[in-house]
Amino acid sequence: MSEIQSTSSPSETPAPPASSGGRIVIFGLNLSLGALIAWIAVLALLTLVAFGLLRRQQGPVAAGQTAPEFTLTTFEGEQFRLSDLKGKVVLINFWASWCKPCEEEAADLEAAWRDYQPRGDVVFLGVDYVDTEPEAKAYLKKFDITYPNGPDLRTRASQAFRIRGVPETYIVAPDGKLASVQIGPFTSLAQIKAMIDPLLEP
Amino acid sequence: MRESRLFWLAIPIALIFGYFFVGRTYAQESTPYTPTDDEVNAVAKGLYCPVCENIPLDVCPTQACSQWRALIREKIGLGWSEQQIKDYFVAQYGDRVLAAPPARGLNWLVYLIPPVAIATGIYILVRAIRTWRHPISAGVAKERSPEAGNDEYVDRLEEELRQR
Repeated sequence: MSEIQSTSSPSETPAPPASSGGRIVIFGLNLSLGALIAWIAVLALLTLVAFGLLRRQQGPVAAGQTAPEFTLTTFEGEQFRLSDLKGKVVLINFWASWCKPCEEEAADLEAAWRDYQPRGDVVFLGVDYVDTEPEAKAYLKKFDITYPNGPDLRTRASQAFRIRGVPETYIVAPDGKLASVQIGPFTSLAQIKAMIDPLLEP
Repeated sequence: MRESRLFWLAIPIALIFGYFFVGRTYAQESTPYTPTDDEVNAVAKGLYCPVCENIPLDVCPTQACSQWRALIREKIGLGWSEQQIKDYFVAQYGDRVLAAPPARGLNWLVYLIPPVAIATGIYILVRAIRTWRHPISAGVAKERSPEAGNDEYVDRLEEELRQR
């Protein structure tokens, strides 16, 4: 074997730089630029999925939280914006003509509305969820419902309240916070009044 | 004389035209077009009712979906195209009713991720196959540090090893 003289020893070898030759050292990992971009993309995607799952797990908005803002355009074309109703008690009822449990509470809701309407400080809003207009109007006529009702256009209101089904009813206090939530139908007029009366000034 | 002949000829022609036009109008008014179930389902299979998640509208048995199919039938009867009907449903109930989300905003991810994932997978597979086919040369190349790239000592050492 021929004699070979080494020009450098391992002890003299300098430490590799943090970034060289298109490679980046991050958290002790020596990654190429492509691999780093791929990891960032995967992490961003996982974060998006996590947020989506968290949102789905949240359930409906709860009492004590600020009521989500929404606008309802009634079947007659009148507009109601929730923030414009601050200072009043607002009952928001999600319903549909195809929903049998909604029929159970329809008469009680209308009776409650007729009780409170002369006061002027209580507003009832019916939000018609995933329904067809002729059937919805027939339902309103059948139960002689006179408080404002309108379709949940693009399901914006139901998504804002994160409803799980119908009927669901949300009662908003005069300060704009949710006072109570009723999942499923009301069983009596007294039950509706028990939720609204404590929010009213004597 | 000639004018009077033309006049008498024009009367039966006008009567024939009148019969066809008026008759057809009456026919349309008396028997409105009723779309078939197949026509309704062709549109419905591209829509999903938010109440019954993951069940296409054409096979969904709920009352809500039945009402939606009736609405589709009515719109087809009025001469609406499939796209017009879908646009109407989106305006009423939101993008979530569509089987395929519209390509905008975050929805782009749905269209971009699968091809990107497949392309990345193919790239990784090709690299892995190349490494498996040339394991020794690839191994030697990997073992050499960047600092040893122009080292005469290493080059000569490798040359001698190859000759043995």
